[in-house]
Amino acid sequence: MNRMDVVQEFSGGVKVMASLIVAVMPIGLVFGAVAASKGLSSLEVTLMSAFVFAGGSQFVAMDIWSHPVSWGALGFSALLVNIRHVLMSASIGTKMPAFSGPAKYAAMLLLADEIWAMAETRAAQARLSPAWYAGLAVPFYFVWVLTSLAGSVAGAFLGNPKAIGLDFAFPAVFVVLLMGFWKGRETGAVLAASAGAAVLTHQLLPGVWYIAAGAAAGVVATLVIDRRREAYA
Amino acid sequence: MTVDPNVFLAILAMAAATMLTRIGGLLLIRFVTIGPQQRRALEAIPPAVLMAVIAPTALVTGPAETLAVLATALAAMRLPLLAAVATGVFVVAVARAMIGT
Repeated sequence: MNRMDVVQEFSGGVKVMASLIVAVMPIGLVFGAVAASKGLSSLEVTLMSAFVFAGGSQFVAMDIWSHPVSWGALGFSALLVNIRHVLMSASIGTKMPAFSGPAKYAAMLLLADEIWAMAETRAAQARLSPAWYAGLAVPFYFVWVLTSLAGSVAGAFLGNPKAIGLDFAFPAVFVVLLMGFWKGRETGAVLAASAGAAVLTHQLLPGVWYIAAGAAAGVVATLVIDRRREAYA
Repeated sequence: MTVDPNVFLAILAMAAATMLTRIGGLLLIRFVTIGPQQRRALEAIPPAVLMAVIAPTALVTGPAETLAVLATALAAMRLPLLAAVATGVFVVAVARAMIGT
């Protein structure tokens, strides 16, 4: 791949990511503001966003934040919230023939939900190149870190994001991405199984087990459909 | 601008745990052979995870959220991503104001 192609692929990634970059800004600001209200300094907020770079687990950490902080509880909860990344990296890992070994691992360090979903979307249509992936991941990463910092500084000035519906930006993005994965009735079965298991688990267990439960139920649904198809074949 | 050593330790623990999950999938597919059935199972993961993440918001948070999820899904069939997201945010704000949260 020559230099022009690399630039073109990178900006292609940035372009499809643009709306998600805008959507993550209010979330970063809100995270920074929440963290500041829990007593984290701006530097601590920035370090957390830069090192962890996983919004869901960072919000959960703020939920269970205590004085003094318990690193064991925070590490374990991050592991649980982010366990879905194992499935995501296993899935996208099979679609990265254009990546060298080390590049694949480096890319995975920046695997966030939105980046992963856009990478899957790209891989379904064309060859996913390292430059395209960098276009998805790098600007998004810096916007996350910088808006967290800005949010922690602005803190109290932001007011209640719920009143203007901004907290809904994140689930709305997921709804739109989900619509893109529709491939017919089989997808319907996967979604129904996942939604059912997730809601049930969410009502019964604390924390974020519901994400793992929904993912597992979706996979089981596919396996059941597969087995049936074999039985009739 | 200070960093408490305990807070720093907690951030490192979170970072290490998260890194483990991000690398974990790559390690998994190195040691498990991917046949057609495994591939179909892997392909079910993206929509299943997305559905699981939004299911509580879509179904059991409140009528405003359920309505907004429906509106977003309908908008997504016609509009680009940001416009569909804006539709969802607008609908949830209006619905919360009208029917409460």
